[in-house]
Amino acid sequence: MKINDVILRTISRIVVFIILTFGVYLFLSGHNTPGGGFIGGLVLASAIVLLYLSTDIETVQKSLPLDFKYVAAVGVLLATATGFGSILFGVPFMSQTFAYFDLPIFGVTELTTVTIFEAGVALTVVGVLVTIILSISEDGG
Amino acid sequence: METLIIMLIGILVAVATYLILSRNIIRIILGTAVFSHAVHLLILTMGGLKQGNVPLLKEADAPYADALPQALILTAIVISFAVTAFILVLAYRTYQDVGTEDLDELRGAKNE
Amino acid sequence: MFSINLVILIPFIVAALLPFTYRRFKKAHLGWFVLIVPFVLFVILARLIPSVASGKTYVHTYEWIPTLDFNFTTYLDGLSMIFALLITGVGSLVILYSIFYLSSKESLQHFYCYLLLFMGAMLGVVFSDNLMVLYVFWELTSVSSFLLIAFWNHRQASRYGAQKAMLITVSGGIAMLVGFIMLHTMTGSFSIREIIASISEFSEHSLFIPAMILILLGAFTKSAQFPFHIWLPDAMEAPTPVSAYLHSATMVKAGIYLVARFTPVFGADEVWFWVVSIVGMITLFWGSFNAVKQTDLKALLAFSTISQLGLIMSLLGLGSIALQFGYSADSVLYTQATFAALFHLINHSTFKGALFMVVGILDHELGTRDVRRLGGLMTLMPFTFTVALIGSLSMAGLPPFNGFLSKEMFFAATVHIMNVDIFDLSSFGIIFPVVAWIASVFTFVYCMIIIFKAFLGKPQPEKLDKPIHEAPFGMLISPMILAALVIGIFLFPNLLGQYILQPAMSSIYPTFGDSADLTPKISAWHGVNPELLMTIGVIIVGAILFKFLKLWKPIYGLFSSRFTFNALYSNFLASAVSKSNLITNRYMNGLLRHYLLYIFVFFIVTVGGYLFYSKAFAFDISTNAGFRVYEVCLVAIMAVAAVSMLFAKSRMTATLLNGVLGYSIAIFFVIFRAPDLALTQLVVESVTTALFLLAFSHLPDWKKEKLSKRTKGINGIISVAVGLLVVLVGLSVVDFNQFDPISSYFENAYELAGGANIVNAILGDFRGFDTMLEVVVLFIAGLGVYSMIKLRAKKEDENIEDQ
Repeated sequence: MKINDVILRTISRIVVFIILTFGVYLFLSGHNTPGGGFIGGLVLASAIVLLYLSTDIETVQKSLPLDFKYVAAVGVLLATATGFGSILFGVPFMSQTFAYFDLPIFGVTELTTVTIFEAGVALTVVGVLVTIILSISEDGG
Repeated sequence: METLIIMLIGILVAVATYLILSRNIIRIILGTAVFSHAVHLLILTMGGLKQGNVPLLKEADAPYADALPQALILTAIVISFAVTAFILVLAYRTYQDVGTEDLDELRGAKNE
Repeated sequence: MFSINLVILIPFIVAALLPFTYRRFKKAHLGWFVLIVPFVLFVILARLIPSVASGKTYVHTYEWIPTLDFNFTTYLDGLSMIFALLITGVGSLVILYSIFYLSSKESLQHFYCYLLLFMGAMLGVVFSDNLMVLYVFWELTSVSSFLLIAFWNHRQASRYGAQKAMLITVSGGIAMLVGFIMLHTMTGSFSIREIIASISEFSEHSLFIPAMILILLGAFTKSAQFPFHIWLPDAMEAPTPVSAYLHSATMVKAGIYLVARFTPVFGADEVWFWVVSIVGMITLFWGSFNAVKQTDLKALLAFSTISQLGLIMSLLGLGSIALQFGYSADSVLYTQATFAALFHLINHSTFKGALFMVVGILDHELGTRDVRRLGGLMTLMPFTFTVALIGSLSMAGLPPFNGFLSKEMFFAATVHIMNVDIFDLSSFGIIFPVVAWIASVFTFVYCMIIIFKAFLGKPQPEKLDKPIHEAPFGMLISPMILAALVIGIFLFPNLLGQYILQPAMSSIYPTFGDSADLTPKISAWHGVNPELLMTIGVIIVGAILFKFLKLWKPIYGLFSSRFTFNALYSNFLASAVSKSNLITNRYMNGLLRHYLLYIFVFFIVTVGGYLFYSKAFAFDISTNAGFRVYEVCLVAIMAVAAVSMLFAKSRMTATLLNGVLGYSIAIFFVIFRAPDLALTQLVVESVTTALFLLAFSHLPDWKKEKLSKRTKGINGIISVAVGLLVVLVGLSVVDFNQFDPISSYFENAYELAGGANIVNAILGDFRGFDTMLEVVVLFIAGLGVYSMIKLRAKKEDENIEDQ
């Protein structure tokens, strides 16, 4: 897929990073404001897809050498593993917990195991979405 | 408002049903997409509309809108996306291998 | 403290690891690695024998689904100890044997994976206290047995045998599940211990007898009791280590275990006594009678296993009568039947395991198991012969082998039962010793067949493909250990009785107090008594019958092959398949539209009909929230967009209209205070539209549909009806306020889950399980898409399924 559109390429290069940042923000803020694993993952994925659309696949693969199938697999593993993780502490499957910590720079911060779970969700969404779109667009075209 | 939305859901469901009953794969897939739109709206409506603030405890005060339907829909949106993607690819791979997108021609051997 | 749960899990964990590690075993046989598992477990369990013998039990609970009362509770007592020792002990020997039996060219990783799976499942069965958990493990043993029987899945007979075993045992398992649920309905508990404690209140309950019969069905199918025994001979298609392990020593004894475990629950009932002992007796006779006519040594052993299982089963039935009388000096006499059952259970595993391994050796070294082609192996295979001799004579019930002891106790038990005057046994009871005696005569005959036809007589090298030679030493280790046990148990039976059998007796008779009373002293010689005379009679008559075998063998020809249970089974299966095909073909005509019509019409009829019938339709506009003009506009836009989709001339237009719907819904989400949804919907809608457009480049243009007026009319009517019905149901439900909404609970999200976004707290915490599975679904969809596109069948293996 090769598009010789200078404007699209230039703009998308900037926009992609804005979207990526936004995606990460959404993911992290999901606990208290709109956002979370799904949305964060979806936004991140669309940024990556945009990157692929504006430049050709080979270039992106050189600068972003990730196999998104594995990203998705790691995500699923992470999401299910947090479920089993609770078993190790003797509480029923899928129990989540949270606590407040006084960290040096961030001040009193809340850390929860949900974040790990949500990270799994986000990674799965990113991985699956990009895999699907890449597979279709690479297929004969 | 609820009545209005339910009417709209009815129209969406009728359209989706008609699309699903046709022979063309793309129309069927579009039908399922419309169907999921209708169902999402339905779930949300059943939780009551405009009866509270956004369900964000730090941003707004009680009463809150019912959060459970919202969570259900969020799940449903992602799942329906996955299903749509899957059947889309299934459809075009079938077309590549068999050379038709008409379901009547796809039925295969008799009594198979 | 060391947890029994771990004992169950270890085989599963190792089985899960095998696919990743087997490649490292290029040079060494994979079996050496696997052997560690049962051996270590055996040692762990054996270390617990003294404390279990002193009456200690180990209970450990992991709460699995506490709300449904499903707990992963393990319970180690005397009864489960016997079985666990058999599973791990015989398991070690069988794996050791299999190392020499299976060559490294076979797909060993599969074999050992299934075998470990079975081992874990079987340990789960005997250790589980919770009925539901027991059931899961129970079915898992059926599944792993299926996989193991079909291990050589290129052979049609293997697949047939596997299917038969699976169908019969799983059907029995489902009956058992229903029985378990009935028990739960009665007693309100899934825990066997709790049920035993409270069951006496429920013996008059109307579900008591049905539950008992259903649970017995599970036990009988698993333990190959008449008339469900037909799967066991076909299961002999499995590799011999499997037959020795699953189909003689362990899995078929799961039914015995179940009956023993449930004796304190149901044993006090007359029905239990009759069903268990009569079925056991019939099986005992039928198995031994049929074993004689077999020419395949493995089939002979299969029928002999059936017969021996019947023997153990009938002993358990006879022993249950003691519970009828309650504890007294007299009734202790009847418990000896149960004691004999447990004793024979262990003895049977030793001598039958050894015999199976011997037959495996013959098959492996000489290429045949047919007695007509064998003969004169004694001098050429002296070690194999010795083991076979010990095993056969023990099975026949001769001294100085352990089979003699338990056979004597069996005879004694049948003689005792004649003295019971309850339920008219005084006139009818004579049947027990008579049947037992006749069956033992046949047992004696087929044991002689093994010895004389296969090992004595003249060698027939011309009928064999391979020269006669002794088996490699490694293959002989396991059968020799078992044969040594056969003699060892004969010499020191009371050691076994005191440490292993006595604690099990107190699990079966929990109300009988001191288990020392229940443990009779086993001795080889106790004067001239009825049982000794019976044994002598067996030997004399058996020898005569064997001598004149040719004269009376035609009697088997009298049984027409058309009226066997096998024929019944095959006819039933064949007609079930053809009938279902006939019915399915009527309505499954391959047209998606018809299938969907069924669904829609069914929906209209049932939901619409019920709505009409129950007059549930209610409509109240007063509780509605108000609306603004722009909202009405949005509704109108969506309605128009939706309807115009029907008339769209190009697929692009239709897709874009679908996009309009999607984005409008996103706006509605904003209006209805659902920011998370709005964000998600926006992104998903964009991606979906992009997907459609991408897929279009691979699909042909939209042709005008050629549908008849009539079809269009029907579709239209159905669509409108469905839409209308949804509106009616929606309007009736939206005002429904009989119950308080559960959502107020989630508003404590900040205290309970530490999150201020309630929606996200629900997704990640309250209903995290749903989300986890959803992620899995998403992943599967992604994998599906990827594999459909990237992994296409190459031209040459296109029709791989047809071959």
